[in-house]
Amino acid sequence: MNKQSNTYTIIYIIVLVVVVGTALAATSLALRGRQQENINADKMGQILSAALITPDKGNVVAEFDRYITRSFVVNERGETLEGVKAFDIDVASQSKLAADRRQLPVYVCTTADGAEKYILPVYGAGLWGPIWGYVAFDSDGSTVYGAYFAHQGETPGLGAEIEKPAFSSQFEGKQVFKDGRFRPIAVVKAGQQPLNGEDYVDGISGGTITSKGVGAMLDNCLTPYKKFLQSLAQPAAAAD
Amino acid sequence: MADKITNKEVLFNPLSKNNPVVVQILGICSVLAVTAKLEPAIVMGVSVIAVLAFANVIISLLRNTIPTNIRIIVQLVVVAGLVVIVDQVLKAYAYDASKQLSVFIGLIITNCILMGRLEAFAMANKPWPSFLDGVGNGIGYAIILIIVGFFRELFGSGTLLGYQVVPQSFYDAGYVNNGLMILPPMALILVACIIWVQRSVNKDLQED
Repeated sequence: MNKQSNTYTIIYIIVLVVVVGTALAATSLALRGRQQENINADKMGQILSAALITPDKGNVVAEFDRYITRSFVVNERGETLEGVKAFDIDVASQSKLAADRRQLPVYVCTTADGAEKYILPVYGAGLWGPIWGYVAFDSDGSTVYGAYFAHQGETPGLGAEIEKPAFSSQFEGKQVFKDGRFRPIAVVKAGQQPLNGEDYVDGISGGTITSKGVGAMLDNCLTPYKKFLQSLAQPAAAAD
Repeated sequence: MADKITNKEVLFNPLSKNNPVVVQILGICSVLAVTAKLEPAIVMGVSVIAVLAFANVIISLLRNTIPTNIRIIVQLVVVAGLVVIVDQVLKAYAYDASKQLSVFIGLIITNCILMGRLEAFAMANKPWPSFLDGVGNGIGYAIILIIVGFFRELFGSGTLLGYQVVPQSFYDAGYVNNGLMILPPMALILVACIIWVQRSVNKDLQED
Protein backbone atom coordinates (compact mmCIF):
# COMPACT_ATOMS: atom_id res chain seq x y z
CA MET A 1 0.00 0.00 0.00
CA ASN A 2 1.26 3.47 -0.81
CA LYS A 3 1.64 5.25 2.50
CA GLN A 4 2.27 8.61 0.87
CA SER A 5 -1.02 8.66 -1.03
CA ASN A 6 -3.66 11.22 -0.13
CA THR A 7 -6.30 8.56 0.49
CA TYR A 8 -4.11 6.75 3.01
CA THR A 9 -3.24 9.99 4.79
CA ILE A 10 -6.85 11.10 5.05
CA ILE A 11 -8.15 7.74 6.24
CA TYR A 12 -5.27 7.50 8.73
CA ILE A 13 -5.99 10.85 10.33
CA ILE A 14 -9.76 10.21 10.44
CA VAL A 15 -9.28 6.89 12.22
CA LEU A 16 -6.76 8.44 14.63
CA VAL A 17 -9.03 11.35 15.51
CA VAL A 18 -12.04 9.06 16.04
CA VAL A 19 -10.02 6.77 18.34
CA VAL A 20 -8.57 9.67 20.36
CA GLY A 21 -11.96 11.38 20.50
CA THR A 22 -13.64 8.25 21.82
CA ALA A 23 -10.96 7.83 24.47
CA LEU A 24 -11.39 11.43 25.62
CA ALA A 25 -15.16 11.20 25.71
CA ALA A 26 -14.97 8.00 27.76
CA THR A 27 -12.53 9.56 30.25
CA SER A 28 -14.64 12.65 30.60
CA LEU A 29 -17.82 10.64 31.24
CA ALA A 30 -16.11 8.36 33.72
CA LEU A 31 -14.63 11.18 35.81
CA ARG A 32 -17.34 13.84 35.61
CA GLY A 33 -19.03 12.89 38.89
CA ARG A 34 -15.87 13.19 40.94
CA GLN A 35 -14.85 16.41 39.24
CA GLN A 36 -18.21 18.00 39.98
CA GLU A 37 -17.87 17.01 43.65
CA ASN A 38 -14.47 18.70 43.77
CA ILE A 39 -15.82 21.84 42.11
CA ASN A 40 -18.75 21.97 44.55
CA ALA A 41 -16.47 21.45 47.55
CA ASP A 42 -14.22 24.24 46.29
CA LYS A 43 -17.19 26.60 45.97
CA MET A 44 -18.37 25.67 49.47
CA GLY A 45 -14.89 26.42 50.81
CA GLN A 46 -14.99 29.85 49.16
CA ILE A 47 -18.41 30.64 50.62
CA LEU A 48 -17.21 29.68 54.09
CA SER A 49 -14.07 31.82 53.66
CA ALA A 50 -16.29 34.89 53.27
CA ALA A 51 -17.73 34.16 56.71
CA LEU A 52 -14.14 33.90 58.02
CA ILE A 53 -14.35 30.13 58.48
CA THR A 54 -11.46 28.09 57.07
CA PRO A 55 -12.52 24.44 56.95
CA ASP A 56 -9.97 21.62 56.83
CA LYS A 57 -9.42 20.04 53.46
CA GLY A 58 -11.57 16.95 52.98
CA ASN A 59 -13.96 18.26 55.59
CA VAL A 60 -15.44 21.09 53.56
CA VAL A 61 -18.82 19.55 52.74
CA ALA A 62 -19.52 18.63 56.37
CA GLU A 63 -18.48 22.09 57.61
CA PHE A 64 -20.59 23.74 54.92
CA ASP A 65 -23.65 21.76 56.01
CA ARG A 66 -22.98 22.68 59.61
CA TYR A 67 -22.49 26.43 59.21
CA ILE A 68 -24.66 27.28 56.21
CA THR A 69 -28.00 26.65 57.88
CA ARG A 70 -30.16 27.78 54.95
CA SER A 71 -29.91 29.35 51.54
CA PHE A 72 -32.49 30.93 49.29
CA VAL A 73 -32.89 33.06 46.20
CA VAL A 74 -34.31 36.57 46.11
CA ASN A 75 -35.11 38.98 43.29
CA GLU A 76 -34.35 42.65 43.02
CA ARG A 77 -37.51 43.54 44.98
CA GLY A 78 -36.26 41.46 47.89
CA GLU A 79 -38.92 38.75 47.45
CA THR A 80 -37.91 35.14 47.96
CA LEU A 81 -38.17 33.05 44.79
CA GLU A 82 -39.53 29.54 45.10
CA GLY A 83 -38.30 26.48 43.24
CA VAL A 84 -34.67 27.52 42.67
CA LYS A 85 -31.68 26.38 44.67
CA ALA A 86 -29.15 29.06 45.57
CA PHE A 87 -26.20 26.73 45.06
CA ASP A 88 -27.20 25.90 41.47
CA ILE A 89 -27.37 29.49 40.27
CA ASP A 90 -24.66 30.54 37.87
CA VAL A 91 -23.62 33.93 39.23
CA ALA A 92 -21.48 34.62 36.18
CA SER A 93 -24.41 34.64 33.76
CA GLN A 94 -26.77 36.33 36.25
CA SER A 95 -24.36 39.23 36.71
CA LYS A 96 -24.73 40.09 33.01
CA LEU A 97 -28.54 40.35 33.13
CA ALA A 98 -30.47 43.52 33.86
CA ALA A 99 -30.82 43.97 37.63
CA ASP A 100 -34.59 43.38 37.69
CA ARG A 101 -34.30 40.00 35.92
CA ARG A 102 -31.60 38.49 38.11
CA GLN A 103 -31.94 35.60 40.50
CA LEU A 104 -29.90 36.50 43.55
CA PRO A 105 -28.59 33.73 45.82
CA VAL A 106 -28.25 34.26 49.56
CA TYR A 107 -26.45 31.88 51.91
CA VAL A 108 -27.18 32.20 55.61
CA CYS A 109 -24.30 31.22 57.84
CA THR A 110 -24.85 30.65 61.55
CA THR A 111 -21.53 31.23 63.26
CA ALA A 112 -20.31 29.50 66.42
CA ASP A 113 -21.80 32.23 68.64
CA GLY A 114 -25.23 31.90 67.01
CA ALA A 115 -25.15 35.11 64.98
CA GLU A 116 -26.50 34.95 61.42
CA LYS A 117 -24.36 36.22 58.55
CA TYR A 118 -25.72 36.73 55.05
CA ILE A 119 -23.29 35.72 52.31
CA LEU A 120 -23.81 37.17 48.83
CA PRO A 121 -21.88 36.12 45.71
CA VAL A 122 -20.27 38.69 43.39
CA TYR A 123 -18.78 38.24 39.93
CA GLY A 124 -16.97 40.64 37.60
CA ALA A 125 -14.02 41.24 35.33
CA GLY A 126 -10.41 41.95 36.25
CA LEU A 127 -7.61 42.79 33.85
CA TRP A 128 -7.00 39.37 32.27
CA GLY A 129 -10.06 37.37 33.14
CA PRO A 130 -12.96 36.91 35.53
CA ILE A 131 -12.78 37.78 39.21
CA TRP A 132 -15.35 36.65 41.74
CA GLY A 133 -15.96 36.48 45.43
CA TYR A 134 -18.38 36.34 48.33
CA VAL A 135 -19.26 39.10 50.76
CA ALA A 136 -20.75 38.31 54.17
CA PHE A 137 -23.00 40.84 55.91
CA ASP A 138 -24.03 41.10 59.54
CA SER A 139 -27.73 40.72 60.26
CA ASP A 140 -28.12 44.53 60.21
CA GLY A 141 -27.84 44.24 56.40
CA SER A 142 -25.20 46.95 56.23
CA THR A 143 -21.99 45.98 58.02
CA VAL A 144 -19.59 43.74 56.11
CA TYR A 145 -18.55 40.79 58.27
CA GLY A 146 -16.02 39.32 55.87
CA ALA A 147 -15.12 39.04 52.22
CA TYR A 148 -13.42 36.58 49.95
CA PHE A 149 -12.11 37.28 46.46
CA ALA A 150 -10.60 35.03 43.83
CA HIS A 151 -9.43 35.44 40.27
CA GLN A 152 -8.61 33.30 37.30
CA GLY A 153 -5.39 34.80 36.04
CA GLU A 154 -4.58 38.27 37.38
CA THR A 155 -0.94 39.34 37.42
CA PRO A 156 0.90 37.62 40.30
CA GLY A 157 2.11 40.11 42.88
CA LEU A 158 -0.14 42.88 41.51
CA GLY A 159 -3.79 42.22 40.64
CA ALA A 160 -3.60 38.72 42.07
CA GLU A 161 -3.18 40.27 45.53
CA ILE A 162 -6.97 40.65 45.75
CA GLU A 163 -7.15 37.04 46.90
CA LYS A 164 -4.89 37.75 49.89
CA PRO A 165 -6.41 38.41 53.30
CA ALA A 166 -4.42 41.67 53.38
CA PHE A 167 -6.83 43.00 50.77
CA SER A 168 -10.08 41.25 51.65
CA SER A 169 -9.81 41.90 55.40
CA GLN A 170 -10.00 45.65 54.70
CA PHE A 171 -13.69 45.17 53.97
CA GLU A 172 -14.54 44.00 57.46
CA GLY A 173 -16.68 46.48 59.34
CA LYS A 174 -17.43 48.69 56.33
CA GLN A 175 -21.02 49.90 55.87
CA VAL A 176 -23.00 49.78 52.62
CA PHE A 177 -25.80 51.98 54.02
CA LYS A 178 -24.51 55.44 54.80
CA ASP A 179 -26.91 58.20 55.96
CA GLY A 180 -29.78 56.04 54.76
CA ARG A 181 -28.39 55.73 51.25
CA PHE A 182 -27.14 52.54 49.68
CA ARG A 183 -23.60 52.71 48.34
CA PRO A 184 -21.49 49.60 47.83
CA ILE A 185 -17.96 49.92 49.10
CA ALA A 186 -15.60 51.76 46.77
CA VAL A 187 -12.07 50.66 45.94
CA VAL A 188 -9.84 53.69 45.56
CA LYS A 189 -6.18 54.46 45.09
CA ALA A 190 -4.41 54.37 48.43
CA GLY A 191 -4.52 57.79 50.09
CA GLN A 192 -7.53 59.03 48.11
CA GLN A 193 -11.17 59.19 49.11
CA PRO A 194 -14.27 58.58 47.03
CA LEU A 195 -16.26 61.70 46.06
CA ASN A 196 -19.59 60.58 47.46
CA GLY A 197 -18.36 59.87 50.97
CA GLU A 198 -19.13 56.16 50.89
CA ASP A 199 -17.04 53.64 52.78
CA TYR A 200 -13.93 52.63 50.87
CA VAL A 201 -10.90 50.38 50.92
CA ASP A 202 -7.46 50.91 49.42
CA GLY A 203 -6.84 49.40 46.02
CA ILE A 204 -3.64 47.60 45.11
CA SER A 205 -0.70 49.61 43.82
CA GLY A 206 0.17 48.35 40.35
CA GLY A 207 -3.11 46.48 40.17
CA THR A 208 -5.25 49.46 39.20
CA ILE A 209 -7.48 47.74 36.68
CA THR A 210 -8.08 44.73 38.90
CA SER A 211 -8.85 47.05 41.84
CA LYS A 212 -11.31 49.02 39.72
CA GLY A 213 -12.76 45.69 38.61
CA VAL A 214 -13.43 44.79 42.24
CA GLY A 215 -15.18 48.12 42.79
CA ALA A 216 -17.30 47.71 39.65
CA MET A 217 -18.08 44.11 40.60
CA LEU A 218 -19.34 45.15 44.05
CA ASP A 219 -21.37 47.93 42.49
CA ASN A 220 -22.96 45.68 39.87
CA CYS A 221 -23.59 42.64 42.03
CA LEU A 222 -24.51 44.15 45.42
CA THR A 223 -26.84 46.92 44.20
CA PRO A 224 -29.64 44.46 43.21
CA TYR A 225 -29.59 43.22 46.83
CA LYS A 226 -30.46 46.69 48.12
CA LYS A 227 -34.10 45.89 48.95
CA PHE A 228 -33.15 42.58 50.50
CA LEU A 229 -30.49 44.15 52.71
CA GLN A 230 -32.94 46.91 53.69
CA SER A 231 -35.46 44.29 54.73
CA LEU A 232 -32.81 42.78 57.03
CA ALA A 233 -32.23 46.19 58.57
CA GLN A 234 -35.94 46.94 59.14
CA PRO A 235 -36.58 44.93 62.33
CA ALA A 236 -33.47 46.43 63.85
CA ALA A 237 -34.63 49.93 62.92
CA ALA A 238 -38.05 49.32 64.45
CA ALA A 239 -36.49 48.24 67.71
CA ASP A 240 -34.48 51.45 68.07
CA MET B 1 26.59 9.15 19.22
CA ALA B 2 27.50 5.51 19.73
CA ASP B 3 26.20 3.01 17.20
CA LYS B 4 24.41 0.86 19.70
CA ILE B 5 22.89 2.36 22.84
CA THR B 6 21.84 -0.12 25.50
CA ASN B 7 18.45 0.08 27.16
CA LYS B 8 20.16 0.99 30.41
CA GLU B 9 21.79 4.00 28.83
CA VAL B 10 18.49 4.98 27.25
CA LEU B 11 16.92 5.06 30.70
CA PHE B 12 19.72 6.63 32.72
CA ASN B 13 21.45 9.03 30.34
CA PRO B 14 18.66 11.64 30.55
CA LEU B 15 18.98 11.72 34.34
CA SER B 16 22.28 13.51 34.25
CA LYS B 17 24.59 13.36 31.21
CA ASN B 18 21.83 14.18 28.74
CA ASN B 19 19.28 15.81 31.05
CA PRO B 20 16.52 17.46 29.02
CA VAL B 21 16.38 20.56 31.22
CA VAL B 22 19.93 21.36 32.26
CA VAL B 23 21.82 19.92 29.27
CA GLN B 24 19.38 20.24 26.39
CA ILE B 25 17.75 23.34 27.99
CA LEU B 26 14.22 22.23 27.05
CA GLY B 27 11.01 22.86 28.96
CA ILE B 28 12.38 25.86 30.88
CA CYS B 29 9.11 27.81 30.93
CA SER B 30 7.24 25.23 32.97
CA VAL B 31 10.21 25.01 35.37
CA LEU B 32 9.74 28.72 36.07
CA ALA B 33 6.01 28.47 36.42
CA VAL B 34 5.25 25.48 38.60
CA THR B 35 8.17 25.31 41.04
CA ALA B 36 7.23 27.98 43.58
CA LYS B 37 5.97 25.12 45.76
CA LEU B 38 7.18 21.53 45.94
CA GLU B 39 3.80 19.81 45.58
CA PRO B 40 2.79 21.16 42.16
CA ALA B 41 6.36 20.52 41.00
CA ILE B 42 6.00 16.84 41.93
CA VAL B 43 2.55 16.55 40.34
CA MET B 44 3.83 18.23 37.18
CA GLY B 45 6.87 15.92 37.09
CA VAL B 46 4.71 12.80 37.44
CA SER B 47 2.31 14.07 34.77
CA VAL B 48 5.14 14.66 32.31
CA ILE B 49 6.62 11.19 33.01
CA ALA B 50 3.23 9.57 32.33
CA VAL B 51 2.47 11.56 29.19
CA LEU B 52 5.99 11.18 27.77
CA ALA B 53 6.23 7.43 28.42
CA PHE B 54 2.82 6.63 26.92
CA ALA B 55 3.21 9.01 23.98
CA ASN B 56 6.58 7.45 23.19
CA VAL B 57 5.11 3.93 23.27
CA ILE B 58 2.09 4.84 21.14
CA ILE B 59 4.15 6.68 18.53
CA SER B 60 6.69 3.87 18.50
CA LEU B 61 3.92 1.31 17.87
CA LEU B 62 2.52 3.45 15.07
CA ARG B 63 5.88 4.50 13.65
CA ASN B 64 5.76 2.26 10.57
CA THR B 65 2.22 3.29 9.65
CA ILE B 66 2.42 7.06 10.10
CA PRO B 67 2.41 8.93 6.78
CA THR B 68 5.59 11.06 6.78
CA ASN B 69 3.94 14.28 5.69
CA ILE B 70 1.55 14.38 8.68
CA ARG B 71 3.78 12.81 11.34
CA ILE B 72 4.01 15.97 13.46
CA ILE B 73 0.20 16.27 13.42
CA VAL B 74 -0.15 12.63 14.48
CA GLN B 75 2.34 13.19 17.31
CA LEU B 76 0.45 16.29 18.43
CA VAL B 77 -2.91 14.50 18.41
CA VAL B 78 -1.52 11.66 20.53
CA VAL B 79 0.18 14.04 23.00
CA ALA B 80 -2.85 16.32 23.21
CA GLY B 81 -5.15 13.37 23.87
CA LEU B 82 -2.93 12.07 26.66
CA VAL B 83 -2.54 15.51 28.22
CA VAL B 84 -6.30 16.05 28.32
CA ILE B 85 -6.74 12.66 29.99
CA VAL B 86 -4.08 13.54 32.60
CA ASP B 87 -5.79 16.89 33.18
CA GLN B 88 -9.16 15.20 33.70
CA VAL B 89 -7.66 12.66 36.11
CA LEU B 90 -5.99 15.43 38.13
CA LYS B 91 -9.25 17.38 38.31
CA ALA B 92 -10.93 14.29 39.69
CA TYR B 93 -8.27 13.08 42.11
CA ALA B 94 -5.92 16.01 42.87
CA TYR B 95 -8.13 19.06 42.53
CA ASP B 96 -5.99 21.49 44.53
CA ALA B 97 -2.83 20.62 42.65
CA SER B 98 -4.67 20.88 39.35
CA LYS B 99 -5.94 24.33 40.35
CA GLN B 100 -2.40 25.48 41.13
CA LEU B 101 -1.02 24.02 37.90
CA SER B 102 -3.97 25.43 35.93
CA VAL B 103 -2.91 25.99 32.33
CA PHE B 104 0.50 24.40 32.69
CA ILE B 105 -0.85 20.85 32.45
CA GLY B 106 -2.42 21.84 29.14
CA LEU B 107 0.86 23.39 28.10
CA ILE B 108 2.63 20.02 28.44
CA ILE B 109 1.41 19.63 24.84
CA THR B 110 3.81 22.33 23.74
CA ASN B 111 6.63 21.21 26.01
CA CYS B 112 9.60 20.85 23.68
CA ILE B 113 10.81 17.74 25.54
CA LEU B 114 7.81 15.77 24.28
CA MET B 115 7.98 16.67 20.63
CA GLY B 116 11.75 16.32 20.76
CA ARG B 117 11.66 12.78 22.14
CA LEU B 118 8.85 11.64 19.87
CA GLU B 119 10.54 12.94 16.75
CA ALA B 120 14.09 11.98 17.68
CA PHE B 121 13.56 8.66 19.42
CA ALA B 122 10.13 7.07 19.24
CA MET B 123 9.84 7.47 15.45
CA ALA B 124 12.95 5.30 15.03
CA ASN B 125 12.91 2.81 17.88
CA LYS B 126 10.94 -0.17 19.17
CA PRO B 127 8.25 0.33 21.89
CA TRP B 128 10.26 -0.94 24.89
CA PRO B 129 13.33 1.28 24.41
CA SER B 130 10.92 4.13 23.61
CA PHE B 131 9.11 3.55 26.88
CA LEU B 132 12.42 3.62 28.78
CA ASP B 133 13.44 6.76 26.92
CA GLY B 134 10.16 8.41 27.88
CA VAL B 135 10.45 7.42 31.52
CA GLY B 136 14.13 8.46 31.62
CA ASN B 137 13.53 11.88 30.13
CA GLY B 138 10.43 12.39 32.24
CA ILE B 139 12.39 11.59 35.39
CA GLY B 140 15.25 13.81 34.23
CA TYR B 141 12.75 16.66 33.93
CA ALA B 142 11.00 15.83 37.21
CA ILE B 143 14.30 15.75 39.15
CA ILE B 144 15.16 19.30 38.14
CA LEU B 145 11.60 20.45 38.93
CA ILE B 146 11.78 18.87 42.37
CA ILE B 147 15.24 20.28 43.18
CA VAL B 148 14.16 23.77 42.14
CA GLY B 149 10.79 23.41 43.91
CA PHE B 150 12.51 22.19 47.08
CA PHE B 151 14.79 25.22 47.38
CA ARG B 152 12.14 27.74 46.31
CA GLU B 153 9.59 26.52 48.82
CA LEU B 154 12.14 26.09 51.62
CA PHE B 155 13.65 29.56 51.32
CA GLY B 156 10.62 31.34 49.88
CA SER B 157 7.92 30.11 52.25
CA GLY B 158 9.83 28.25 54.99
CA THR B 159 7.70 25.17 54.32
CA LEU B 160 8.03 21.86 52.47
CA LEU B 161 4.90 20.28 50.94
CA GLY B 162 2.97 22.80 53.02
CA TYR B 163 4.49 21.75 56.36
CA GLN B 164 6.41 24.35 58.32
CA VAL B 165 10.06 23.30 58.48
CA VAL B 166 11.77 26.55 59.42
CA PRO B 167 11.14 26.72 63.19
CA GLN B 168 9.40 29.72 64.72
CA SER B 169 12.52 30.49 66.79
CA PHE B 170 14.34 31.40 63.55
CA TYR B 171 11.66 33.97 62.73
CA ASP B 172 11.79 35.29 66.28
CA ALA B 173 15.53 35.71 65.86
CA GLY B 174 14.94 37.91 62.81
CA TYR B 175 14.98 35.38 59.95
CA VAL B 176 12.77 36.42 57.02
CA ASN B 177 11.50 34.33 54.12
CA ASN B 178 13.09 35.36 50.85
CA GLY B 179 10.24 36.77 48.77
CA LEU B 180 12.35 36.71 45.61
CA MET B 181 12.38 32.90 45.78
CA ILE B 182 8.66 32.85 45.01
CA LEU B 183 9.09 34.91 41.85
CA PRO B 184 10.05 33.36 38.49
CA PRO B 185 13.54 34.91 38.15
CA MET B 186 14.79 32.84 41.08
CA ALA B 187 13.82 29.64 39.24
CA LEU B 188 16.10 30.67 36.37
CA ILE B 189 18.92 31.46 38.79
CA LEU B 190 18.50 28.08 40.50
CA VAL B 191 18.43 26.25 37.16
CA ALA B 192 21.60 28.12 36.22
CA CYS B 193 23.22 27.03 39.50
CA ILE B 194 22.29 23.40 38.79
CA ILE B 195 23.77 23.71 35.29
CA TRP B 196 26.93 25.21 36.79
CA VAL B 197 27.31 22.40 39.34
CA GLN B 198 26.57 19.74 36.74
CA ARG B 199 29.07 21.07 34.22
CA SER B 200 31.84 21.35 36.78
CA VAL B 201 31.26 17.70 37.74
CA ASN B 202 30.94 16.41 34.15
CA LYS B 203 33.93 17.90 32.35
CA ASP B 204 32.87 16.49 28.98
CA LEU B 205 29.75 18.71 28.99
CA GLN B 206 31.83 21.85 29.10
CA GLU B 207 31.92 23.84 25.91
CA ASP B 208 35.00 25.69 24.69
